[in-house]
Amino acid sequence: MRLYAVVAAGSFRRYATYRTATAAGVFTNTVFGFILAYTYTALWAERPQLGGYDTSQALTYVWLGQALLMACAMMGGGFEDELMERIRTGDIAVDLYRPADLQLWWLAGDLGRAVFHLLGRGVAPMFLGALAFDLALPGSLWTWLAFLVSVLLGLVVSFAVRYLVALSAFWLLDGAGAMQVAWLMGMFFSGMLLPLNLFPGLLGEVARMLPWSSLLQVPADVLLGKHTGWGLVEVYAFQGGWAVALLLAGRLLQRVATRRVVVQGG
Amino acid sequence: MTATGPDRVPGPEPEGFAFEERPRLLEGVRAYGLIVAMWVRSTMTYRASFVMTTLGNLAATAFDFVAILLMFTHVDALGGYTLPEIALLYGVSATAFGLTDLLLGSVDRLGRRVRDGTLDTLLVRPVPVLAQVAADRFALRRAGRIIQGLAVLGYALLTLDIAWTPLKVVMLPLMVVTGAAVFGAVFVGGAAFQFVAQDASEVQSSFTYGGTTLLQYPPTIFAKDLVRGVTFVVPLAFVSWLPALYVLGREYPLDLPQWVAFLPPAVAAGCWALAGLAWRAGLRAYRSTGS
Repeated sequence: MRLYAVVAAGSFRRYATYRTATAAGVFTNTVFGFILAYTYTALWAERPQLGGYDTSQALTYVWLGQALLMACAMMGGGFEDELMERIRTGDIAVDLYRPADLQLWWLAGDLGRAVFHLLGRGVAPMFLGALAFDLALPGSLWTWLAFLVSVLLGLVVSFAVRYLVALSAFWLLDGAGAMQVAWLMGMFFSGMLLPLNLFPGLLGEVARMLPWSSLLQVPADVLLGKHTGWGLVEVYAFQGGWAVALLLAGRLLQRVATRRVVVQGG
Repeated sequence: MTATGPDRVPGPEPEGFAFEERPRLLEGVRAYGLIVAMWVRSTMTYRASFVMTTLGNLAATAFDFVAILLMFTHVDALGGYTLPEIALLYGVSATAFGLTDLLLGSVDRLGRRVRDGTLDTLLVRPVPVLAQVAADRFALRRAGRIIQGLAVLGYALLTLDIAWTPLKVVMLPLMVVTGAAVFGAVFVGGAAFQFVAQDASEVQSSFTYGGTTLLQYPPTIFAKDLVRGVTFVVPLAFVSWLPALYVLGREYPLDLPQWVAFLPPAVAAGCWALAGLAWRAGLRAYRSTGS
């Protein structure tokens, strides 16, 4: 356990080194937050209470999306490039030889990265958004805590999906195409484009059942106070269920994949 | 080491310089073409991969129009604009940006080159640095964005009921080309900024990618100050808003007079002059990492 904590802390520090890049990222997230906030304002001006949100809830959703975008690595930027590169070059053989669990090792590293991005690129845009717009941020500490638990579960789901896709490099060698598909699915089904409760009919129902809704839609609804009491337990079970299922699938695939590893000398 | 590459000139070029007979601009374009051709050949080695990544690019960029379509399942107008009208704004902005992204999109990697020292390699070659940076890793798959933009533009032109005049007809291709030029100046200016702030490529993204996203929606939905900013400070409004609103016969933002719709060529030229100055200043200020 201590080992993984060290890995996570190291990963946090690694991303914390890039201060200018972080500042530039905050700038970008804020710019996009502003653009989206205005489009949402126009949309909700036409249809107040669309999707069960009032305008300030919709705006909160926008800024939350910007705050979680990098943490959940919805458009990439996570560990996956590195893992796929290690699989492609064969360095993965060294990793498999280490007295540590491969999946937990990468999970710890990715969580360290995610926590840094949550603080480094999440808090500042959210704060600036709250200055410029009327956001529906909860006053209760419990709601914030409940939200953070939901975010953490979302981060694990995000990791588990990307781990599965990265392992495909064992078969495809170049997993870039598979990863691109995964990012597209993540962008679309996380609710980053538009809240999932605005998706029409069957598409909306399916979208809400898929694992990606754990990344943004569910945490946002927790923060907006849509899930309380048993409802909260239910969404935790939904997120946790996907996390466990996908992590187990990752383990299974990893076992199959590592049988394929052929260590070449030299 | 300081910049000693050919971009350093004005002034007579050293004797025996292989390309001294040709004008520098032509030389740059020729070099650009050669490097691009090389990258295209290398891309085409893996045709299946090329087709897949192009389709992926097309799908990725189509998503923001899908978001607009989803919005219009709930409303009939956004900021007073109908779907075909927004499709015109979107199509012009996406196509213009797609052209720039294809031709110059690689310049945003400049910061990385400064950090890892590979820019030095480009400085010692007898070819303008900008041409080399712009053509580097030329990605033909970015054409996906142009295809998608043109498709939306086609949809807009088919569904819109416009009283076409010869001027409006000319305006259409003109604004795509001049719009691409304005975006190009923003790309080059942003790259020049990366000489100073090496790992701040995201600042550039917020003006380029952010700019095209902004222009895909009508100006009526944005705060006045924001519209002022993209009209007078970073003149992105001249890419699509002002000329497209002329074609649509809509009122201009900020009570601007009608003739501003014809300014884009002048604005594009001005932007390039400024971007060129910034680029030269950046290149001159460049200090190698020495690694």
